[in-house]
Amino acid sequence: MLVYTLKRLLQGVVTVWFIATATFFAMHAVPGNPLTNEKAVTPEIWAELQRRYGLDKPLLEQYRVYIVNMAKGDFGVSYTQQNRQVNDIISEHFKVSATLGILAVVFAAFGGILWGALTAMYRNRAPDIVIVFLVILGISVPGFVFAAFGQLSLVKVNDWLGFTLFPVAGWGTVQHMIVPSMVLGLGTMAFLTRLMRSSMLEIVNSDFVRTARAKGLPAARVFRKHQLRNAILPVITVLGPSIAAITTGGFVVELVFAIPGLGRYFVQAVQQLDYTVIMGTTVFYGAFLVFMVIAVDVVYGLVDPRVRLE
Amino acid sequence: MSEALDTAPAPVPASTEAPGDSSALVQLLLLAVFCVVGLGAILWLLAQWNEGGAGEAADAGSGTVTLALSQEPPQLDSTRSTDQVSIRILGHVMEGLLRYDADDQLVGGVAERWEMRDESATFWLRADARWSNGEPVTAHDFVFAWRKALEPANASQYAFILYGIKHAEEVNRGEMPVDALAARAVDARTLEVEFARPLPYFDKLTAFCTYNPVNEAFYESTEGAYGADADKLLYNGPFAIDRWVHGASLRLTKNPHYWDAERIRLNVIDHAYITSDTLATINLFKDGKVALAGLNAENLTDAMQQRWKIRRFADGSVYYLGLNHRPGRPTSNHHLRKALQAVNDPAELVYKVIKVPGNLPTSSLFPLWLRGVQGRFRQEYPAPAHQADEAQGRAYLARALEELGLAELPPLVMLIGDTPSSKKQAEYYQNLFKRRLGIDIKIDAQIFKQRLAKMTSGDYDLVAAGWGPDYDDVMTFGDLFTSWNENNRGRYANPELDAAVDVARSSNDPRVRMDAMARVQEILYEDAVVLMQYERGSVYVAHPRVKGVVRRSVGTDPDYTNAWVEPIGG
Repeated sequence: MLVYTLKRLLQGVVTVWFIATATFFAMHAVPGNPLTNEKAVTPEIWAELQRRYGLDKPLLEQYRVYIVNMAKGDFGVSYTQQNRQVNDIISEHFKVSATLGILAVVFAAFGGILWGALTAMYRNRAPDIVIVFLVILGISVPGFVFAAFGQLSLVKVNDWLGFTLFPVAGWGTVQHMIVPSMVLGLGTMAFLTRLMRSSMLEIVNSDFVRTARAKGLPAARVFRKHQLRNAILPVITVLGPSIAAITTGGFVVELVFAIPGLGRYFVQAVQQLDYTVIMGTTVFYGAFLVFMVIAVDVVYGLVDPRVRLE
Repeated sequence: MSEALDTAPAPVPASTEAPGDSSALVQLLLLAVFCVVGLGAILWLLAQWNEGGAGEAADAGSGTVTLALSQEPPQLDSTRSTDQVSIRILGHVMEGLLRYDADDQLVGGVAERWEMRDESATFWLRADARWSNGEPVTAHDFVFAWRKALEPANASQYAFILYGIKHAEEVNRGEMPVDALAARAVDARTLEVEFARPLPYFDKLTAFCTYNPVNEAFYESTEGAYGADADKLLYNGPFAIDRWVHGASLRLTKNPHYWDAERIRLNVIDHAYITSDTLATINLFKDGKVALAGLNAENLTDAMQQRWKIRRFADGSVYYLGLNHRPGRPTSNHHLRKALQAVNDPAELVYKVIKVPGNLPTSSLFPLWLRGVQGRFRQEYPAPAHQADEAQGRAYLARALEELGLAELPPLVMLIGDTPSSKKQAEYYQNLFKRRLGIDIKIDAQIFKQRLAKMTSGDYDLVAAGWGPDYDDVMTFGDLFTSWNENNRGRYANPELDAAVDVARSSNDPRVRMDAMARVQEILYEDAVVLMQYERGSVYVAHPRVKGVVRRSVGTDPDYTNAWVEPIGG
């Protein structure tokens, strides 16, 4: 088991190194210089700026310096936010993205399980048909539409109520978190609802449920102990990858709801050609995803010895 | 995957399931309650981990105004700031020698009085001007800041704005030590400045943020992080930053140490939201959470439907199509430029294409608000008369083709930004030049940094560009196309224009200066140096009870230092 874990970790490190290298050279291949500004500067100041950020050195040398610093955990200073360390940007803003992501996943999981169970219970009857229709909507409509629509509805609701039920944008309090995380979790919730529904229906017909019914257990107990519990398992399996996907994919929601998350920095950095922030966020997100997958694999390995042998 | 699962057989007759429905539903409800409670607990826990929150757009009781910023201020070290958001914040928390009052008149800031001579100036500082730690603001603080801005190692991109001071340019180029700068603290409250040449508008320059004072002891104590955080700055302005959550909010509170604190009526300016999404800002405004929201083509109709009062002001900048004058480029040909200029129709662009109110078509690089000898420059020296004329354009084009020795012009490359509105404008020009002159335009849309790189290297024929003012003098526009200006990215060079600018920047006689600038205005048009488009006007909506907000073409904008909140019913 230890060997398996170490092997996977080594693979992960190599993957992250590859991501860093590919991003580094792709980024430098983009024409333009992060230091250019509306106002042109004298050649002397230009040279000084280049020197300060190490851009005067040959590309391979810059790469070497970068990888060495990265190994030490130092991502450098941002080009656009000239007084901020990329490490600070990541630690301050990932916290927000993670909060939003965790809430969205929790929301998606709870909602998915509830709606899924409900649809299975009322299979082919009105609640089922309505919810399945909504599920199809949730899966097919992109997140940014929900985000814009959600915000607009909030304005209307607050206007109609005469007080602020939920703020339309911003961050910091419980009220600020609810609507954005619901919007962010909606797609995953729809997906989980479908998964839960089919897994419930499968279980309803299984032998152990039939046995439970036959031996005269109360319906409520059969539902809770035998159906729900078993049906949730596949849902829990897909939650792991969902957490990573949602946490890293929230930038549209962050933009619309003015949430100071990391996703926004990631997108802005690319537009501004902010080398250090592009590298920092890409490597961080890359490492986050890679090690989430490894963590899931290791847990699988613990549970199922067959995985380790491969 | 879910598709396959969904088809799993479930041939259970409805009747066998039905008896369990009601009690199973109860179970499901219990589960739902559990979920809601669980969600609530997680929410509460996560809320402890984050900070933020804001009140209403305007609160008269506490004297609070809530606003949104388009981005986090990137650089609050005034010696190095270059962008509008940083300059806007600095305008509230810092004060230079002079400042602009509510009527845009230059008045004393830290300087109590000042004397401008031909080639030097003296500023006498107030005894009661203080930093937010209680220390007095001294002449040395100005000398230190200016030296810092010029120090080559500091690599300030706005160092050039100090070049009027004697030896500033040499210091900035590393040819002289920083203490060679001819700005001296005679004593703690007297500042002497010598100019490199006669500099009649030096007083106006001192209102710009690069001229702000910096406390040396404090600067050194931050160990290179000056301006990075709320506690990494000393304030001498009407407000001070008291809470700064990076990327999320920036709150200013009244600075009790400010010498003129009695004049300041607001207690708190809370920039509670940082978002570049204009729709989010307008939704916040609609919800009564921010006191100001800018309008653009996307949200203008919405604002009109709400029957809000739409306000406008000239933000000071002018827009034009820059032309590439480098040898070998087709646009280096005078008659080709004249042909393009002849069919250019700024009015059509502004009223039929851009269609956002507030913009003003123009044929002059000098916007309407600039001061002239006595009144406005443009009243004294009207813009060149311009009327789109296709026939004249074709005549110019024929001469250009002859001079270039071409039967047909190769497609011209038009470099533009990547916003929807710049694409719309580019397509309009593509159509216009094709229809009127038969010239093909290739549109090259680039993100900001790449566009700048291509502008600097000269990889374009036409470029959508603009220029905004730094200080309140015609020179802030006038020297843009001189051969020595690095911002003259089309590399236009004309000794006559250079000479006129030289006269205007060194004469002390307003009449002589303005005459010279008028000559620049003429040359720019006659030689078709650029194709002028419009003076930008900004439209916005503002909270009706927040009064005294000043919008400006040059200087701190929007300026809330004179603002107050009117009580409801007051």
